[in-house]
Parts: sequence; C-alpha cells; structure tokens
Amino acid sequence: MNNFRRVGRGRVNQNAPVEFTFDGATYQGYEGDTLASALLANGVHLVGRSFKYHRPRGILAAGSDEANALVAFDRGPGRVTPNVRATTLELFDGLTAQSQNNWPSLKFDVTSLNDVFSAFFPAGFYNKTFMWPKSFWDKVYEPVIRATAGLGPAPKAEDPDKYEACYAHCETLIVGAGPAGVAAALAAAKQAGRVILVDEQAEPGGSLLSTPEAMIDGLPAADWLARSLDELEKAENVTLMPRTTAIGYYHDNFLGLAERLTDHLKDGEADGPRERLYRVWAKKIILATGAIERPLVFAGNDRPGVMLASAAQTFLNRYGVAVGERIALVTSHDSGYQAAFDLADANSQIVSIIDCRPQVDENLQAEAEKRGIEVRVGWTVTATAGRHRVSSVTTNKVNGDQVDPKGETLSCDAVIMSGGWTPSVHLWSHSKGSLKWREDLAAYVPDQANENAVCVGACNGDFGLGVALETGANAGGGNDSFEVVEPAPWTGDGALEILPTHRDESRVKAFVDFQNDVTAKDIRLAVREGFKSIEHIKRYTTTGMATDQGKTSNLNGLQIASRALNRPVTQVGLTTFRPPYTPTTFGALAGNNGGAAFDVVRKTSIDGWAEENGAVFEPVALWRRARYFPQKGEDMHKAVARECKATRESLGIFDASTLGKIEVVGPDAAEFMNRMYTNPWTKLGVGRCRYGLMLGEDGYIMDDGVIGRLAEDRFHVTTTTGGAPRVLAHMEDYLQTEWPDLDVWLTSITEQWAVIALNGPNARKLIEPFVEGVDLSPDAFPHMAVRECKVCGVDARLFRVSFSGELGFEINVPAHYGRALWEMLYEAGKQYDITPYGTEVMHVLRAEKGFIIVGQDTDGTVTPYDAGMSWAIGKKKTDFVGMRSLARPDIVAEGRKQLVGLKTSDPKTVLEEGAQIVMTPDQPIPMDMVGHVTSSYWSETLGCSVALALVANGHALKGETIYVPMPDKMIKAEIVETIFYDKQGERLNVI
Amino acid sequence: MMMIECPICNEKRPELEFRYAGEAHIARPENPSALSDDEWAKYLFIRNNPRGTHFERWVHAHGCAKFFNAVRDTVSDKFVMTYKCGEQRPSPETIAERSS
Repeated sequence: MNNFRRVGRGRVNQNAPVEFTFDGATYQGYEGDTLASALLANGVHLVGRSFKYHRPRGILAAGSDEANALVAFDRGPGRVTPNVRATTLELFDGLTAQSQNNWPSLKFDVTSLNDVFSAFFPAGFYNKTFMWPKSFWDKVYEPVIRATAGLGPAPKAEDPDKYEACYAHCETLIVGAGPAGVAAALAAAKQAGRVILVDEQAEPGGSLLSTPEAMIDGLPAADWLARSLDELEKAENVTLMPRTTAIGYYHDNFLGLAERLTDHLKDGEADGPRERLYRVWAKKIILATGAIERPLVFAGNDRPGVMLASAAQTFLNRYGVAVGERIALVTSHDSGYQAAFDLADANSQIVSIIDCRPQVDENLQAEAEKRGIEVRVGWTVTATAGRHRVSSVTTNKVNGDQVDPKGETLSCDAVIMSGGWTPSVHLWSHSKGSLKWREDLAAYVPDQANENAVCVGACNGDFGLGVALETGANAGGGNDSFEVVEPAPWTGDGALEILPTHRDESRVKAFVDFQNDVTAKDIRLAVREGFKSIEHIKRYTTTGMATDQGKTSNLNGLQIASRALNRPVTQVGLTTFRPPYTPTTFGALAGNNGGAAFDVVRKTSIDGWAEENGAVFEPVALWRRARYFPQKGEDMHKAVARECKATRESLGIFDASTLGKIEVVGPDAAEFMNRMYTNPWTKLGVGRCRYGLMLGEDGYIMDDGVIGRLAEDRFHVTTTTGGAPRVLAHMEDYLQTEWPDLDVWLTSITEQWAVIALNGPNARKLIEPFVEGVDLSPDAFPHMAVRECKVCGVDARLFRVSFSGELGFEINVPAHYGRALWEMLYEAGKQYDITPYGTEVMHVLRAEKGFIIVGQDTDGTVTPYDAGMSWAIGKKKTDFVGMRSLARPDIVAEGRKQLVGLKTSDPKTVLEEGAQIVMTPDQPIPMDMVGHVTSSYWSETLGCSVALALVANGHALKGETIYVPMPDKMIKAEIVETIFYDKQGERLNVI
Repeated sequence: MMMIECPICNEKRPELEFRYAGEAHIARPENPSALSDDEWAKYLFIRNNPRGTHFERWVHAHGCAKFFNAVRDTVSDKFVMTYKCGEQRPSPETIAERSS
C-alpha cells in the first residue's frame, strides 16, 4: 500500500504502523504521521470538495495554513469536529475521518455541476441572483443555499468532553519553536525569569524538522534541535508547550493559548480535559511565527496533486512521503528548487522546473543540471489536466509580454509550486504593531511595535537559518553566534503571484482563495464593478474570509487587486488580522463555564420549595423566579386566575426575596436619600416607610421601591429585582465623587434577607401568632410601617406594605431561615386556604392597582409626570438627582407619551403587550402610531381585561377611544384611569 | 486584556475587575436650578471625544469598589496614569513625562 513512502526518510516511526479510516476505507500509516501525510503515502490526493463549485480538492500545505484538506474528525457521538485540517490531524490507531461538502460521494459529487455552470456564480452572486421574488427569501433561497453551501456539518449531540481554563505568567513568552524561537528560548533560559515556549505542532522544531541537510554548529539540524530541546526541558525556568496555538494577542502582552491535550490519543487513552485555554501575561513577547509559502495563481492550480513546494519538502523530509513519482515544479522563487532537489534525491522524477522569471541564479541551474533536471527559465503554466488528480501540466514560453500560444504538455502526477513567502504577522498585527511593505519580498513585514514585543526570523522578513538563530538568540537576551551550513540559501527576491497566460483571463479559473473558491477573475470583476478598497473587495468576493482567514491567499488577492486598480499595493490597503489565528473550539473558549456554570442562575432560599411544589419558573435578571404554581390539569391561565382569586379573597404567599435591598447608614443618610430620590425623607418617622422614586440625572425614571426608616441614621432601601446592582453603583458614584463630604455607608443586603410577602384579608391573622414584640393592630402598625422584631424567634424586619392592594406584610428574615419560615407559615395558613403565587399573579394584582413596573411600563424615557406620579416629588425640595432635568424644554413639552389605563370594548379581549396604538382605525399603512401597550392581563377579579399603555398626550385623552391594529383584527379600547380596582384603597384597611 | 493600576489598591489589576464610568472632571453644578437650559444640557450631554489624551473615570467594581480617574491615550489605547478622585487634573507636562 505505502508505495509513496520513502524508506529511511522522515521522522515517523516506520516500525510502528497504525490503521486509520478515511471515508470508510481502511489505510495504514505510521506513528508520527498526520492524516495528510498518511493519505499521501497511500497515494490519496483527493480529500475534499470545494466550498462553492464542489471541485475536487487535494492537500495544499503541510501545516495549519492548509486551505483545502478539511475533514470531519469523528471521535464518536458528540465528538465530531468538522473542518479539521488533515495536515494538523495527528494519526493514531483507529482514527476515523470523513471528507466533507460532497453528495453523494467524494468521487461523484452531484453538486459539482456548480463548476460547469460557474459562469452563473460570479463574485457577488448571492447578492445579484436571489433578489426576487421576496417571498422566496426565507422559503426557497435560504434553505437551498444553506443545504448546498457551507463546510462540514456541526455535531448535533452535546459535547461530552471537558475543557479547562487557567492563567499563566512569565517574563518571556516565545511563540513558535522553529530555529528562531528555540534560539530565543535557549538564550532566555540563561536569564532570570520564567520562559514559556509554545508551538502549534505536536513536535517543536518548525523548519528544522524538514531540512535534514542543514548543519548547525557542526551538528545536523535535527540533532541540534534534540540537544536544544533537551536543554530547555532541563531548564527549571522554561515551560515547553507543544500542541499549543497562540490564538490571539491582546492589550498589555496578554495572549490566549489553546492547548490540545487529547485529540491525538487513541480511544480510551484520553484522561482529563480535551483542551485547555491559557490566559498568559508576559513581560516580553518574542514572535518567531515563521512564514507561509504562497501558491502561484494559474489555471487549474487547485487540482488535487498541486501543492506548495515547501509542503512537498516537509512531507518528504519529515514524514518520509513523496507526493508523486513524476513531479513538475512551478516557481517564481528560489526557495522552490530545494524541494525539487530533495524529491529528486529521493528517487522521484522531476519532469521539469518551470520558472516564470526571465533569469535564474546560475548555481541553482547548475544544481538542477547535476541531477539531470530540465529548467525552463521564462516559462509559464497555462493549464493543468486530470480529473481527481493532476495528470499533466501545460507550459508555454514567455517572450517579453507575450505568451507563446503553443504550449507543451508534460505528463506528471504532482505539481509543486512556490510563489515566495508571506511572513506570519498575524499576532504582531493583533497587538497593533505596524507593518511596512517590502517590495523585494512582495510582502508586509513588522515595523513599529505597540507592545513589548519583537519579531524574529522569517516572520520579520529575515529569511535563512543563520539569521533566524542569531536574531532569535539576540531577542532572548544572548549574543550567541552560530555556524550554519544550508544546502541552498535564498533570500526573498522574485515573488510573483499570477502567472501570465495567452488565454482569455476572464474564462480561466485560476484560484486565489482555495477555501472560499475565489478566482483571480472574481477579484478583477469586483474592481470593474467599482470596489476600490481591499476591505470591500474582500467582502464582495469573500477572498480571505474562510476558516483559514486567507493565510495563503491574502497577499495574492491584494496584488491582483492592486494591478487591476492600477495602484500600488500600499494604497489598496490591508485587511485586518483578527484572532483567533486558527479555528478554536467553543469548548476551549467556554473552559469550565459549560453546562450549569455557563450562565449561573441565582436562586432564593425558598426556590427549592417552589420546585418541589411544581412551580413553573421564569428568568428575572439573573434570578429564576416561580411564575405560577399549576395544580393538576391547570394551564397558566387557570392557575393565575385561581391564585389571584385566592389572594384577593383570603391569603396569598409570595417569595419576594429577589427584591434588591441596600442599607443606607450614617449621620447624613437622610440627606443622602433626599438627594438620590424624588421624595422627601427628612420628616419620615422612624418605623415608617415611603415609596421612593429614583431618577437618572436626565430626569427619567430609573428605579423605585419601598424604603423603610429603621433609625434616624438607617434606611432599608428596596429596589427592583433587576435594578439592584445598577442602583447601588449609581448611589456609590454620587456618594464617592460628588458628595464625599456626606458621612454615609452603603451596603448591599439583597442576599442577606429572605423576603416572604403575605397578601390578602387574612394576612394579619396568619402572622400575628408568630410575631413577637410588635402590636400589629392597624393603629399601632399602620400601612407603610416597619419594625425590627422577632418572627418565629428569628430576627426579622417586618414591613406592612402592599404591592397587591390587599392588606399586606413582607417579612424579612436572615436568608437561611427563609424556607423554614415559609414552611411554617404555609402550614399554619392552611386554615385560610393559603395559596402560593408567582410573579405572574404579582404582575396582575399590581396592574389592577395601576402600580408601575420600572422597565416594563417605563423604558428609560418616562418622567414622573409622564407616569402620572407627580405626587412622588417632594414639592419643597430644591435639588435631587434628575430634578433640574424635569424642567427641560423637551420634558415639559406637549405631546409626550403618558401612562394611561386601557379598557377594551370587548371585556374578554386581552391586548398584546407591545402592541401599537392608533387614534383612528381606517388609516393607510403605515399608520400614525401614538403609543403602545406596556402591560396587559386578564383580571379574574374584575371579569375583564386590564391594560396600561403609554399614549401621546394620554392624560388629556381620558374617555377617548383608541384602536390597536392586529394582523387579523382591529381592537377598540377606551382610555381610562390607571387604577382599575379599589380606587379608594379601602382593602388595605381590613381589620 | 488591559492592566489598570487602581490608585486606591495600589495594584495593577486586569481590566475585568473594572468598569468604565465616562469622562472625568465634570463636576455636578452646586445649584442645578440656577442653570439655564443650555448650561444644564451642556453639563448633561456634552462630552469630549478627543484623539489622544482623555481624562476618564473608572470604578474598581470587583475590587475596592472605588471610583478613580485615569488618563488614557485614545490612539494607542494605553493608560498613561491613574489618580484618586478629587486630585487635580494632571498637567500636560506630567502626562508627557508619564507617556514617554
């Protein structure tokens, strides 16, 4: 099987065969292989179908820059990872992977008809084609596009793996363990301070792993590497992290490192988390991220078997795999030659070196001649052939600007190409380091640093082993020099992206972005259609927008655009590099915050009782609250009606623990309250409560709640459930920054107190026997009173307040007594048919009374006047937060939306919250909308619906008829007062 | 992630612990009622949006819970310095010295 394996070559363990499955077929590879190298060893080049045209695709690269060979890596249910690059997938015994994006099979893909009809799929095709009819947008176009486009399918089962997150700190973080990074680490290891060296590959070494002929200090590169890694392993201040990708570089030398721990292990061997995300702070960052070889752009450059020359060199020297037996090299750069020489030396035939430059270094030509390889200087490639693998390449002579139309067709089974090198400046750019264009490299290289960072080696545009080692060592704080022998040293000159052709360029498919199927003609079309900025060209053609983020394609695309625009590259712009460097799993990003820890739910101490008693919950801010307690056979409507009735007629019990609570304490507490709330506080007696209204400085209602004065210098403030942190921050802000002279302390006590609300005519009768030290008679303990006392022997704060309109008490006890007290009251309340109710009934009861909910009946643009709450403003006050704004011209102007009640003509009709309101029913659409419904419920007590609404000039429109247009009908309603039930408030006075 | 020096804790702590709180050195008028509508609107709504040095408020929300002031360069997005509420706005010389 392994007829492309070269015995004795490479670093894989040729004594350790492993079996793997690709698309259902079983193959053999060796320990140390990647899926890509093992497939190539078996002569498999066709590994996938392309994104848009479903063209057969092979393996382009040998590392994380791979654009084509994306596979679904299958580790069992819930463990299918789509879009994994075959070139980074480490082989193990039993590995299973599938090709993607084909139907019904890889070799026969029906959707490859897209390729035949590709003239209909130009750049911007989606935007141009699926315009009309509009009714097709979501019914036809989107489902069809979604079904045929896209890459691998997302797994459907829940991910059973564990992920971890942790922090790390070091003095020097080195990214990339190639020659530059290793030299940097060796030097840094000798200094004081912690060093972390990360590398995305399983084996550190970078280019040293695929250049066996290079010599460093008299040792073969691989031996020097082994010695160096050994030294680093032994150094106590060095942490070496293979299989770890630096995915992003953020402010203040903060990097994200994604470490892959188990994907390379056999089933059953894995123990512990699958991946770990490190957040690292480093004093200094050394980027030794290397460079990525650029493909050449020519017709048919995407056929399986066409790949980067450096990739072929890596497959041969690192994995012992020849990518073909008869190989053509197409190059515009010196660096491609060594790959051809290595392959020739490993008994592959190099059918020709096609170099499109007019001149080529004589030494290289001599080396080729020595091996009997033909070199065509000044030739181009105008076509390739072969269905599932390249079978020939057509080459033509270039004379000046002219391409000889008479080409020669060379038979081959692989084409390797080299279009120069692109320094990997991704991380550098994340850190906002600037870039400069180097014409000789035809690439951007790092310029000015923004953080304490330095780029060394190829990622800095410094090519060559010697300079990589020396600049690396230098950056690490050393001044070592290295004696280096390289078989074929080269510099950067000679990069060229698109090969000349005699054919009509608007008809040939010369691919720029392999993963998103963008061709050179797509980019030219975008320019013809008026796109000038590379950011727009990128989005219109989608070049560089695939999962590889254009690692191999961006600079080619940029230069083609530059030529089409006839403007220098530096004026066309450069698209932004964004994290992550390579695709990162959601698991790694979520870390420990999966499952129940993903979005932590706050629960009250009484929550368990509600759960055991069948409550239906709803989220309120971060809390979950019981919404209603359905009995057997009840839907929400029936349950709510029953709970309402029971509370109004006898007794309801409600968990109000989530109410925000803040204690305001100190000699200046009353003065502080005067300034923070609209109401006056100075004269509020100890033991009394008042409804407090809080405004923002802009005059709009921000929060509200009942506030009790426990002592001259102590207020127990309640806030809305969701508003508690906001109110505390608002208070702290004013206290600390505007009035630091006030002697006041603020403490959040929300979680210290459980709150049980009892509402209904029998509330007093129920609690009386449990309360010690307070005379609960109406005169001694009137509505809006508060006492510190004992309830069931526990310290309590007892409020007589009502958010329901009924006689009501709120008992605050230390939170851990909440459930015990609840259960005692519930047991004792059975004689009054005590009924637990949830937030839904709380809402209905308060709406019947016209009490607002801040955030539901107000939306941040409602003043106390708008809400009909002028009574809450202290008339004698000269200042409070928001007071001056209440006199602003816009706030006193006519026509503001004001809170009113609505009574539907048909009492059974319940309006929809959020529905728009109009004054007349027969208007053309869009109608003149004058307001909207803010609260709306069925009132079991009143036998009709009740609603609150914000309506322009609403206060002056009492008695007027308004209309609520719905898709199927027009609802008629009358504007009424906001209080629907017990307008005199007599129900509070039950004896 | 930015590291921010809390001038109360005297420690550099990660950005996660802090919350931004708008432009600094905008004192609430002593007697808002005495202000004209325009003056009040200016206090309420008008803020600087400079390219370069910006004086701003931060609160160490998940630390000491104290508000403090900072000088940040909006171009480089780097903190030049932080200082306590009530302290004078740093002079251009101080800022230049700290920036270098």
